[in-house]
Amino acid sequence: MSILREYPPHLRRSSFAAFSVGRIFAMVRRYVYLLRGSWPRILELAYWPTMQVVMFGFLTQFLAETSNYYAQAFGVLLSAVLLWDILFRGQLGVTMSFLEEMWSRNLGHLFVSPLRPHEMIVALMTISFFRTLIGIIPATILAVLFFGFSVYSLGFPLIGFFFNLIVMGWAIGLVMSGVVLRYGLGAESLAWVAVFAVAPISGIYYPIGVLPEWLQSVAFFIPASHVFEGMRAILVNGEYRADLMINAILINVVYLSIGSAAFFSFFRTARNRGLLLNLGE
Amino acid sequence: MNSTARALAIEVEGLFKSYEQVEALRGLTFQIEAGATTGLLGGNGAGKTTTIAILLGLLLPSAGRVSVLGEDMLRHRHRVLPRMNFSSPYIDLPRRLTVAENLRVYGHLYGLRKVEPRIRELAVDLEFDEFLKRPFGSLSSGQKTRVALAKSLLNHPELLMLDEPTASLDPDTADWVRGYLQNYQQETGATIVLASHNMAEVERMCADVLMLRGGIIVDRGAPQALIDKYGRANLEEVFLDIARGRDGQESGPDFKAAAQ
Repeated sequence: MSILREYPPHLRRSSFAAFSVGRIFAMVRRYVYLLRGSWPRILELAYWPTMQVVMFGFLTQFLAETSNYYAQAFGVLLSAVLLWDILFRGQLGVTMSFLEEMWSRNLGHLFVSPLRPHEMIVALMTISFFRTLIGIIPATILAVLFFGFSVYSLGFPLIGFFFNLIVMGWAIGLVMSGVVLRYGLGAESLAWVAVFAVAPISGIYYPIGVLPEWLQSVAFFIPASHVFEGMRAILVNGEYRADLMINAILINVVYLSIGSAAFFSFFRTARNRGLLLNLGE
Repeated sequence: MNSTARALAIEVEGLFKSYEQVEALRGLTFQIEAGATTGLLGGNGAGKTTTIAILLGLLLPSAGRVSVLGEDMLRHRHRVLPRMNFSSPYIDLPRRLTVAENLRVYGHLYGLRKVEPRIRELAVDLEFDEFLKRPFGSLSSGQKTRVALAKSLLNHPELLMLDEPTASLDPDTADWVRGYLQNYQQETGATIVLASHNMAEVERMCADVLMLRGGIIVDRGAPQALIDKYGRANLEEVFLDIARGRDGQESGPDFKAAAQ
């Protein structure tokens, strides 16, 4: 016998909905508060991309003077560095935000509220998007000011590259968040380095063609490899490769599905083992 | 709804929970009437935390049926989560967020129509309005307990689960909080489930007490009825009798790891 009365007047009807934008905004608000209240956190977002641009900018200048390839395609390295950081920041944006909940032992409160796991995922991806922009945009401006190279010269395909890379980062970030939820903060260090497992076969700084043939087959299933090949096609050959973009999008659909499924699976395991109540160091 | 019998806020039937080598709950069955304040008592590993976690939907049972506010908690917990809440000194709120920020986040998570007025109301009621802008992590443990209590009352819960609600509070403040919770219960008709090691607190607040040991209920009744039944002076002595197995009932295995 249900004893539920009508909708309580002090609550919005969306409180009972399967998907609530309000709850997602509440979580985004939580992460914005965290960033807003800590200037070192904001500085850290922009620090590494900026240092990378400075370092690779000077390297590019040097190589352009000594190498035909880099003289013709100035900016290949700088673009690669910036695009790679989108992937890296995208993953960290998800994982670090989730880790904040574990460090603060807040998961128990969150999941006795009406917040649903899929809303948590959307909130993590949303804050990751903004964290990535905060980290990357200053570095792109610096590249223009210091080295006269604008990554925005990639044109509209840059938008496709951005979303493909950040979505791949989210997929990895969701898997790693699930791993940390399941295995505890001892697995935290894995969350920092997981994305580097795909770096050698993503063709960030070199064409996929230099890899052994069998590794090229593996690289085909990495969305980032299509993005970096597409980037080089524009900067070196002045050609936009729609096929590469489509490949990356299709593979990313699979990646994001796997990432979300893994997170849900780890979440269910956590509910089964009582891990939502006993987290933290 | 049958007018002669009070509706049930919680129905638990044949609840089992195993963690690898440990059986934390062994066929727990009980019902709690709507509007009652019920205490869960038991030693460490008796199954209190496991029971509360399952009632909250944070933990999945190995077997059994759980109905909360008339809904199957294992299948439709999101229908009732907006109507219930929880407080425990052992689960933190984000430390770097201010008190107001924390309550604002949870106010929006629960879908409150008027978040700011509710925060101000609770801040005045629970006397923490002067530190609304302070980071949660900078508060004393007593202040944290009050803020956690405010978080648990944000959505005017019809079912309130409290784990050690007055832990870390000085006797005066703890007494005030108990009075506040009793008023809240009387004004709203909310159901309160209270897990506590403070026997005086349970005696004062609860009309009904479930005594747990080894994952089963070994006794149940009103505090005074239990005191009379065991021929003791107070509930603490009853608790010791039961926790030490002097009640002549079956004793459970070692449950130290039960909630892990």
